[in-house]
Amino acid sequence: MLSEQVRAKIDRELKKYPPDRKQSAVMAALRFVQDEKGWIDTGDMVDVAAYLGMSQMGVYEVATFYNMYNLKPMGRHTLTVCTNLSCQLVGAMETLDYIKNKLGIGVGEVTADGKFGLREGECQNVCDEAPLLMINNKKTCGHLTKEKIDQILAELDKE
Amino acid sequence: MKKAPKPLPACATPVAEGMKIFTASEQAVKAQKGVMEFLLINHPLDCPICDQGGECELQDLAVGYGGSASRYHEEKRVVLHKDIGPLVAAEEMSRCINCTRCVRFGIEIGGAMELGQAFRGEHAEIMAFVSDTVDSELSGNMIDLCPVGALTSKPFRYSARTWELSRRKSISPHDSLGSNLAVQVKNNRVMRVLPIENEDVNECWLSDKDRFSYEGLNSAERLTKPMIKQGGKWLEVEWQVALEYVSNGLRQIAHEAGAEYIGALATPHSTLEELYLLQKLVRGLGSHNVDFRLRQSDFSADSKQTGAPWLGMAVADVNLVDRFLLVGSFLRKDHPLLASRVRQATKKGAQVNLIHATDDDLLMPIANKEIVPPTEMATVLAQVLKALSTIKQATLDTSVQQIVQPVTPTASAQAMADSLASGERVAVLLGNFAQQHPQASQLQLLAQHIATLCGAKFGFFGEAANSVGGYLAQAVPFAGAEHGMNASAMLAAQRKAYILLNTEVELDMQNPQQALAAMGAADMVVALSAYKHHAMEYADVLLPIAPFTETSGTFVSSEGRAQSFKGTVQPLGDARPAWKVLRVLGNMLNIPGFDYNNSEAVRDEVLGGGTDVSAKLGNVLHSVSAQTATWNVTGLQRVSDVPIYATDAIVRRAASLQKTRDATTPCALIHSIELEKLNLQSGEMVKLTQGQGSVRLSIIADDSLPRGVVRVAAGHTITAELGAMFGTIRVERA
Repeated sequence: MLSEQVRAKIDRELKKYPPDRKQSAVMAALRFVQDEKGWIDTGDMVDVAAYLGMSQMGVYEVATFYNMYNLKPMGRHTLTVCTNLSCQLVGAMETLDYIKNKLGIGVGEVTADGKFGLREGECQNVCDEAPLLMINNKKTCGHLTKEKIDQILAELDKE
Repeated sequence: MKKAPKPLPACATPVAEGMKIFTASEQAVKAQKGVMEFLLINHPLDCPICDQGGECELQDLAVGYGGSASRYHEEKRVVLHKDIGPLVAAEEMSRCINCTRCVRFGIEIGGAMELGQAFRGEHAEIMAFVSDTVDSELSGNMIDLCPVGALTSKPFRYSARTWELSRRKSISPHDSLGSNLAVQVKNNRVMRVLPIENEDVNECWLSDKDRFSYEGLNSAERLTKPMIKQGGKWLEVEWQVALEYVSNGLRQIAHEAGAEYIGALATPHSTLEELYLLQKLVRGLGSHNVDFRLRQSDFSADSKQTGAPWLGMAVADVNLVDRFLLVGSFLRKDHPLLASRVRQATKKGAQVNLIHATDDDLLMPIANKEIVPPTEMATVLAQVLKALSTIKQATLDTSVQQIVQPVTPTASAQAMADSLASGERVAVLLGNFAQQHPQASQLQLLAQHIATLCGAKFGFFGEAANSVGGYLAQAVPFAGAEHGMNASAMLAAQRKAYILLNTEVELDMQNPQQALAAMGAADMVVALSAYKHHAMEYADVLLPIAPFTETSGTFVSSEGRAQSFKGTVQPLGDARPAWKVLRVLGNMLNIPGFDYNNSEAVRDEVLGGGTDVSAKLGNVLHSVSAQTATWNVTGLQRVSDVPIYATDAIVRRAASLQKTRDATTPCALIHSIELEKLNLQSGEMVKLTQGQGSVRLSIIADDSLPRGVVRVAAGHTITAELGAMFGTIRVERA
């Protein structure tokens, strides 16, 4: 069942589209679900489908197409490290390796305490700040160095 | 194309004035080769073991336009196989070229997006949502659409190569659409059925029932030798012996008890020729008791109708209708392809108004609906009629005034009337449920007046392949000068002899309980059947007859299209076409006019030469008047559907269809409030009782049903002990 808050957010989103085009809100709806619980399970997709009057498979297609949707639990803080060309040229892979070692997890995995999840991501459109990572698909942190990563992780750890 | 800088895709480039197109230029050929190379990069080179081999679009294109060798040496991608149900095999999804035709079919024709393309790019794959199954009643068409061997036919897999099969035309014996079939045969055995394109009938589609029912033709239950029961034991005998036994028996009963003690019951899946000869035989014996309307319960419209009830319009025109009033129809399951046409109409803005006793998902938008118990359907129609007469400022015919006067239209009846009145091309159509309804003629009369007021086409969907043909063949008790007994009366007043043509009384009749009692009490029951069935219990003679693939014949579809077909294979064992069996019986009984050389001669005698039957069709009722509430049911009333794969003898024996979700063992369905009143839990086993018989089923809460009804499927062995498809039913804890 979608929570009341999620439904309220979807309702607000639906106002942007004509009433017979409710499925236009599917990406936003999935985002709201993910914001609330950190990931989207198949039950949520069924609920979104019912709420927007679209086919379940249609929601599944969208959810699996975009890689920013987490289809499994990805920890309280999902760190997404950009590994596209600009970032790679200035050491994205080293950054990724450093985080992997520091957290003791691989890409697509979650730390044992459930605090951090690690993903590879696509270009964030701020290549001048490379190398960079994103926290929960919301906050971008650029110009990464080992010290800066330590600092970010320590801050998140406190939350 | 000339002056275009790049090659253009033919499928996505609109034709324009003065365009110069070169399909074999160096540039075009190079582009085609390039596209082929991309398509083949990930495609496995397994044509020799692929079921699609020989009828594969990709194979053909590769031969025509592809390179002779691949330049790709990297690893090919692997897509895991899926289990999407008993009909469509998705075992080799690595072969998929991601054209998404199957997805489009689901969305545009099937009405539900059951398959989709999940993930993206290199990882994209066709799948059902979380390993779900494809349950559409049109799913087999995806096999035809799939250009490669990714989606193949599960029942047909690895049983023959396409070039070994001969392709013969036939007509579907199941629903009333008359789909055109290509029956594919190898070694005198039907291996597969495919559609033949006919834009006016089935377009290029087939329902799964038409496509996969052929498995029933090769069933182990086929009757291959005439059999006679002697001293309680069944003996296989020669045709001559069996036919003499039948003719002597019939002659004796006609002589001793009187010919009116003979009755004949045929299914509407029998051919025109079979039905005609059956009634000719019975009438030749001096009886008029012949009927093919086995699931009908109200016969008060007999001989008060201007012709044979039919669709009232051409099938192709269904797509053009802009307002529908559908009365009592399990549309999707009873008429899968007609439902698809209604769906196409709704996509162009048509409004569907539905009056029915169940609220099954039709996979199309429904503008207005009234879901009421069967007892109230006439009232709802009267309300719509009243609202409509107010809108149109018309005075109502005296025949309906009595029922219309006291009603007050509800908001939804008013909405239906508004919807119908606003249409330009309106259709009022009565479904199988409305025809089987105990007040069928009342419903018909009210619907007829609604249709008249809004200038609508008016008709019946028709239950089976020959529901119209049966009337034309005069296989009804009122066709002759003297009127006989109808299907229901023949059972109520038990006859001494019954001739059953294709009929399994406990599954094909309105009231199986009454039917079995009548069969048990009869002196002689002759069953002409393609199968050994329950008749072994009560019949005296079993005559093996040929199903539609083994005989020539004619079906007249609901739109009045008479389509003749020839046998596609030799009859199995000693089975013979029923029209020949009836001809010989006619001769043995010395009935005049049984000297036909072929089935065409029979058809020509029925239809008067041509195939135009329009003069004999007519839905208008005359000298019938509607009465107020004459039908009362105490307690819960039964609502019955005939499940899609339980409609006739052939599909009931089609193994793969019987494994589908549509063929699962029926449950009793009831509204949760009624369930609470009965102090029962959903999922509990209950005892359902009608008359003398009762059955045990699990009961499931279904709040889409109206209050006061229990939905129990008919046509199924598990419910055959029950009584009529409508009326009182008792529910108690088992």
